[in-house]
Amino acid sequence: MQTHAVIKLAGLHKVYHTGEVDVHAVQGVSLEILPGEFVAIMGSSGSGKSTLMNMIGCLDRPSDGHYWLDGTDISTLDRNALADIRNKKIGFVFQGFNLLSRTSALENVEMPMLYNHQRLHSGEQLERATNALEIVGLAQRADHHPNQLSGGQQQRVAIARALVNRPSLLLADEPTGNLDSQTSIEIMGVFQKLNEQGITIVMVTHELDIARYTKRMVILRDGKIVTDEVVRDRLIAANELQRLREAQQAVKLA
Amino acid sequence: MRIFATIKIALRALRRNKMRSLLTMLGIIIGVGAVIGSVSLTSGATKQIEDQVSSLGESVVTVFSGNFTQGGMRGGWGSAPTLTVEDTDAILNNVPNVVAVSPEVRDRDQVLANGMNWNTQVMGESPDYPQIRNWPMASGAVFGDQDVRSLAKVAIIGQTVVDELFPNENPLGQTIRIRNLPFKIVGILSPKGFNLFGQDQDDIVVVPYTSHMHRITARTFVNDILVEAANDGAIDKVQSDITDLLLTRHHSKEQDFTVRNQLELMQMVTSTSKEMEFLLAGVAAVSLAVGGIGIMNIMLVSVTERTREIGIRMAVGARATDILIQFLIEAVTLSAIGGTIGIMLGMAFSMVIASSRHMPTITPVFWIAIAFVSSALIGVISGFYPAWKASKLDPIDALRYE
Repeated sequence: MQTHAVIKLAGLHKVYHTGEVDVHAVQGVSLEILPGEFVAIMGSSGSGKSTLMNMIGCLDRPSDGHYWLDGTDISTLDRNALADIRNKKIGFVFQGFNLLSRTSALENVEMPMLYNHQRLHSGEQLERATNALEIVGLAQRADHHPNQLSGGQQQRVAIARALVNRPSLLLADEPTGNLDSQTSIEIMGVFQKLNEQGITIVMVTHELDIARYTKRMVILRDGKIVTDEVVRDRLIAANELQRLREAQQAVKLA
Repeated sequence: MRIFATIKIALRALRRNKMRSLLTMLGIIIGVGAVIGSVSLTSGATKQIEDQVSSLGESVVTVFSGNFTQGGMRGGWGSAPTLTVEDTDAILNNVPNVVAVSPEVRDRDQVLANGMNWNTQVMGESPDYPQIRNWPMASGAVFGDQDVRSLAKVAIIGQTVVDELFPNENPLGQTIRIRNLPFKIVGILSPKGFNLFGQDQDDIVVVPYTSHMHRITARTFVNDILVEAANDGAIDKVQSDITDLLLTRHHSKEQDFTVRNQLELMQMVTSTSKEMEFLLAGVAAVSLAVGGIGIMNIMLVSVTERTREIGIRMAVGARATDILIQFLIEAVTLSAIGGTIGIMLGMAFSMVIASSRHMPTITPVFWIAIAFVSSALIGVISGFYPAWKASKLDPIDALRYE
């Protein structure tokens, strides 16, 4: 039954024991995400969306409930097994990019492959990393260091890094939070392109505009799902960019 | 394990903070350098001493005549005339495993030749003397038994005497005058250099002991007897046999002679250098511990600084052991590079000192191995706690770390 879902959450709870009061961050979330979906998880701060994201990303374990990723129940796995799952099945994109400074874009992209169980030889690593950079349109900046790249370019490097191990799931935590609106649309364009190629994407955001580029919207409040609906009047990044450029031309901004 | 990639990561991290890495290594560099430097100097000095001791002849037993005691004053070895030529013959004939003997008579005399004069050591010896002392002739030949029997006025001389009295000519066949008696030079000893006590061994004239005792000094006793044993293993037996033999011959309850061998002398000299090595090992241990504390300190700082990096690595699939090994390798690399630099500096230092003092240096392979292994070990020990701390970080907390 859970075989065909990429993510299946059943009654997921997370309780933090900090100080005197226990914080019940996620309270019984059940959710199923099928291959090829592009889901936005939304909610105000404190809604439990980050906690949920950490559990989906195998960075954290639920206090109660079950989580099947690609059919594997990961709620019971130990630290090492979780690390291996993060390495093989999940690609992460963060708000703050989280690239290694003073390390070239190419080496940043190669980094997850260092932790692969079946080691690739260096030629194949290079090929895969270059390939991933090509997908995000940054192949010509492979030897640039993060501080020589713009925010949008850094986020593209981060996406390339997330893609390099060919994961079945791409997780993005506020990927456009540090970017201006045009660059945000460009990044959403990259996500839409990847999604068209069949990659399942789950993205946390608090911006409704950004969520409209996805296919499905899940809204959390107080650790519970309050809305789960298909995105109507979905935005297509290419069209939006075109419109933005025309608007900019009209006021001679660019 | 992805050791090579991890080593690469560690090396890159060290390169990023060159100055800090160098300062961190300094403790290890200085410690190891000081130890290797002083060990190679002392072992060079020890080797020099051992060479000199064995240049006296390796399996040689020396019998010194007894100490002279009068009115409570004790004169030391050789001060009383107790050994005779007959003792020498008795040793050669009765003690097994003795291959050569030489009764030794010593005197300092003014010698003349070629219109010049020189004060030197004049020794009376048997023809076996060069063999016992392991001292080949440079030219000519040693005098023979016939010369001993006939109290011949023949002599062999050392290189210093050649230099002083025959600066520009071949002394062979020429005459040297000792106490106004002409001795014909029949052989020249090859240069042997200075001995342990800084004496010039080449400053010597050797004549047959009979000639010395009857013509030069008119003595009936010998100063000491040189005995060569067949091999090193026989030395102890030869020594005790000689003691027994001489006690019987001298009919005395108290031993009026002393028997020593070169091995004892060697042990005496080298025992101090062994103590020195232990002292150095102590110094090394202290300085390596101090260096290790420095490394641990910097590694702790580094782990804190790179918390975010650790979080990123964990998020993309690094296991706790990957992180542990990364930081451990970083610490070991620091200390091993420090140790290697220290070894090279120490060697360079000892070579400079040694060459300025004309001493030999020995590459102390054993100590180099010890220094390298223990500095790497220091890296493991001092890097373990910071690396363990890094590996225990929670990926979520590490990613959020500012």
